[in-house]
Amino acid sequence: MQFHPRTLVGRLLIAAVAIIGALGASALAQSDEETEKALEKYRQMLSDPFSNPGYLAVDRGEELWNRKRGASNVSLESCDLGEGPGKLEGAFARLPRFFTDAGKVMDLEQRLLWCMETVQKLDTKDVVARRFSAPGRDSDMEDLVAFVANKSSGRPIELALAHPKEQEAYAVGEAMFFRRSAIMDFSCATCHAEDGKRIRLQALPDLSRPTKAAKETMGSWPTYRVSQAALRTMQHRLWDCYRQMRMPAPDYASDGLTALTVYLAKQAEGAILDVPSIKR
Amino acid sequence: MKGAFLLATFALAAAPALAQPSPKVDASVVESYVRATWSKAPPDWQSRVVQDETQRICTQLNNAPPPAEAEKIMARERAAIVYPADGKLIGDWQKGERAAQNGRGGQFSDPPGAASGGNCYACHQMAPKEISYGTLGPPLVGYGKLRDFTPEAVKATYEKIYYDAQATFACSNMPRFGANKVLTPEQIKDLVALLMDPQSPVNK
Repeated sequence: MQFHPRTLVGRLLIAAVAIIGALGASALAQSDEETEKALEKYRQMLSDPFSNPGYLAVDRGEELWNRKRGASNVSLESCDLGEGPGKLEGAFARLPRFFTDAGKVMDLEQRLLWCMETVQKLDTKDVVARRFSAPGRDSDMEDLVAFVANKSSGRPIELALAHPKEQEAYAVGEAMFFRRSAIMDFSCATCHAEDGKRIRLQALPDLSRPTKAAKETMGSWPTYRVSQAALRTMQHRLWDCYRQMRMPAPDYASDGLTALTVYLAKQAEGAILDVPSIKR
Repeated sequence: MKGAFLLATFALAAAPALAQPSPKVDASVVESYVRATWSKAPPDWQSRVVQDETQRICTQLNNAPPPAEAEKIMARERAAIVYPADGKLIGDWQKGERAAQNGRGGQFSDPPGAASGGNCYACHQMAPKEISYGTLGPPLVGYGKLRDFTPEAVKATYEKIYYDAQATFACSNMPRFGANKVLTPEQIKDLVALLMDPQSPVNK
């Protein structure tokens, strides 16, 4: 499931995405309904995984994973994502989890940063500065997440929550999910604790309990966001949610976001990962 | 007393049915995670991270306060209501419609000082011609007509619904737009007009 921008298919696809992106922007200015219709078209067009630009990020991530970097001049191949050094298959499906060497529960992004710092002895300041890609600015983290997560595609989300710190993270994540704050009094639960609700025309998944919607949501992140023309990770999703909640920007790779991710992933226990997916 | 009791009962009934969060971790642990999660937020944004008393109680009671607690919340929120200096509670419904459509303001991606919208359509059906509406709140089509456009309903709309939702329904999901200074009293008057002016498309 790979294609390259050099190939004809790759070039056609990039052109198609650019055109659709421009159409999408003007549609947004017209009405959400028209946008939704246009987006449904992209979803159909791009539902073929061979045509999902998220797989470009997977390819770049693989190259980054194998590249020797940092003061140690080593690749990330000896990085332990929980299944043993260099074992990628199924690792993402069991994250976040407790890591003895670090003494804490980590999500994939925290763990990748930890491996860069401790294994590669890489100064991650620049990597963190580029945590979210923008036009003309690639993100190593987005690419690496796409690559690593893809190695768990087809596997079920499975969080053991055996370690007391994992249980603490779950309980904290749950409390954060229901915690109201900021100038609009919103919590995650304001929008995500009931089935069948919408903001404007956008359907809202109930993520407060083990629902089908929770499985569909957590089983499809990371994802390629057509509206942003970028591969996005769960850290970005939560950052964007807190933006809409009128909260300040949460710290990247903070323990609170990991706790929230533990809670959300547990509501999706057993969901078969199909990542990177493609979304509006 | 009876009125207060009825109000409290209504507030309970209005509270959404949420999954019960189970308190398996001490609140102080949660708060230390929260502080650490926003450790890099600018100083003038930090106050948004800290819960006020109403947010804290509503979170703790899962938005379903018992009647006595609900009455305390509503009394506190009623005390926060500010009325326009000229005493007029109805503004311009056309400006109100624009504010109801506008979802900008107050986000860290917004330019500082930009006026906020009410973003009413995100959650409510209002003017029937607008088909892109959300369903988190009840539909408000015909709101003023259903209330016979009475001055009492105008006052209630201003002070209870728009200025401070929790003066009417303790732990309501709806933002306290006036009390939290998301909207100005002028904007709130325009939104009251959108609901209560007979000429407003909401009532056509």
